[in-house]
Amino acid sequence: MEQYLGLFIRAVFVENMALTFFLGMCTFIAISKKISTAFGLGVAVVVVLAITVPVNNLIYNYLLREGALAWAGYPDVDLSFVGLLSYIGVIAAMVQILEMFLDRFVPVLYNALGVFLPLITVNCAILGASLFMVERDYTFAESMVFGLGAGVGWALAITALAGVREKLKYSDVPEGLRGLGITFISVGLISLCFMSFGGIDI
Amino acid sequence: MLRRILDRVAPHFEEEGRLSALFPVYEAIDTALFTPGHVTGGASHVRDGLDLKRLMLTVWFAAWIPVFVGSYIVGFQANEAMQVAGLASTDNWRAIVLDALINYDHTSMWDNFLHGLAYFIPLYVVVFLVGIAFEVWFASKRGHEINEGFFVTSILFTLTLPPGTPLWMAAVGIAFGVVIGKEVFGGVGKNFLNPALTGRAFLYFAYPAQMSGDAVWVAVDGFTRATPLGNAAIGEAYGIDFWQAFFGNMAGSFGETSTPAILVAAVILLVTRVASWRIMLGCVLGLVGAAWLFNMIPSSNPMFTMTPAWHLVLGGFAFGAVFMATDPVSAAMTDTGRLVYGILIGVMCVLIRVVNPAFPEGMMLAILFGNLFAPLIDHFVTQSNIKRRIARG
Repeated sequence: MEQYLGLFIRAVFVENMALTFFLGMCTFIAISKKISTAFGLGVAVVVVLAITVPVNNLIYNYLLREGALAWAGYPDVDLSFVGLLSYIGVIAAMVQILEMFLDRFVPVLYNALGVFLPLITVNCAILGASLFMVERDYTFAESMVFGLGAGVGWALAITALAGVREKLKYSDVPEGLRGLGITFISVGLISLCFMSFGGIDI
Repeated sequence: MLRRILDRVAPHFEEEGRLSALFPVYEAIDTALFTPGHVTGGASHVRDGLDLKRLMLTVWFAAWIPVFVGSYIVGFQANEAMQVAGLASTDNWRAIVLDALINYDHTSMWDNFLHGLAYFIPLYVVVFLVGIAFEVWFASKRGHEINEGFFVTSILFTLTLPPGTPLWMAAVGIAFGVVIGKEVFGGVGKNFLNPALTGRAFLYFAYPAQMSGDAVWVAVDGFTRATPLGNAAIGEAYGIDFWQAFFGNMAGSFGETSTPAILVAAVILLVTRVASWRIMLGCVLGLVGAAWLFNMIPSSNPMFTMTPAWHLVLGGFAFGAVFMATDPVSAAMTDTGRLVYGILIGVMCVLIRVVNPAFPEGMMLAILFGNLFAPLIDHFVTQSNIKRRIARG
């Protein structure tokens, strides 16, 4: 139990997807103008990550990795080269379902997210989490915790950035830095604050 | 007399004048010396003439208390270390002035005080000049006024430095703090992180060897003394008893060592209502609560057993809670939000000190972390207020 708690905290704070690995930057910067929208997108990412990482874990362990097909009578087959393709497939399907769900039940958020909802498919944070899962050889239970933690960390980061950007509406930024420029600087400073977790070993 | 001089040079700085680019400098000197001639036209609702200038200058004056006490402590430790090492004179350029004035005797108050000041003053002068240069440059290019906020930033930044910091490093740090921490957002009141701490954090991560460890805290070359928190993190005895820690006889940055000096400053800031008592209270509550919780947990990590009282007097907690966390710009703005913000800082401070082996001290990063979440805390407080009002009808 303690081990899973440690993994969760590490995924949320120490190895924050957005602020220590700088993954998922495009959506991170594009959808962080308003706290409510950012929070909605954060929840969507949490849902997608919490489902796709464990599913990809099952696919990797029982279909793709070397010797994984032993149960079907092919102990020498190594399918890990189609890994990327399968992970993206799972993610795309998942996002499609989520999109239909939001369209039907939360139309406000659906409209606010616009084109960025389907773009979650190619959000590097989501594929990144699946690839980390493979690289670190997580078990099924670990991958569930890791997926959830990575999502929560990303959601926390984008909500914090949205808070900062709402405050920065009243700032007086030099001409050339307005818009994306100052956002990049803000993200850098926020990531400096998250350095406080660097080095924690749980 | 002064008025006449100022009035005589005024035309040069006004529009069309030769020096109009430097108008902000003139304006700053003018309003610092005299009350501005232009006043609000209509009836206003000011209960108290507490403007930004007075607010910032109060903090600036209060900060001199830790400066003097801190300098004394730095000088005392340096003199003591020199006696142990058998040195008759300090081995850097400060000797030129110091040799004539003092005997490096650690029992003499005067010697200790001057020796400490010999480290504080050059740092402060460099920080002030470099910072003000960037400030003036931005102000004249962008046409806004130079603000007293910088007085506070510069002195607080200097107070967070270890005594042996090289001068060029202090200059780099304050430049980063002022430009990236404040001016790119449009100057005082527009930034979201405390500029002094931004500069300090930049130095901390860019030059860890000169900002942490145990060789930097005593202003004598080659003499090492770990901070009590550094000792505690590796499980050694703190090296001092509680009252020594309280009064500040320990290794540390200029401002953080002496708790009584900070308490006096805190009283000044609270009585004049410049600083928010909610933030300070929140910091203490968060720190005591979190430290108490960690005391409950059995662990092999020696930091888990450090009691809340020790957490309060060691390291930069008191200084940060009084001077840094209460910065009105980067803190939360709502009353409830301030309390929550304070608690977040207190908890984070203990968390970093106890759980993170990489950093023995966590106050700086805890405050930056609090700054980061302050807008979000405010957002949720206002949202809940709105909901409550709607529910009330």
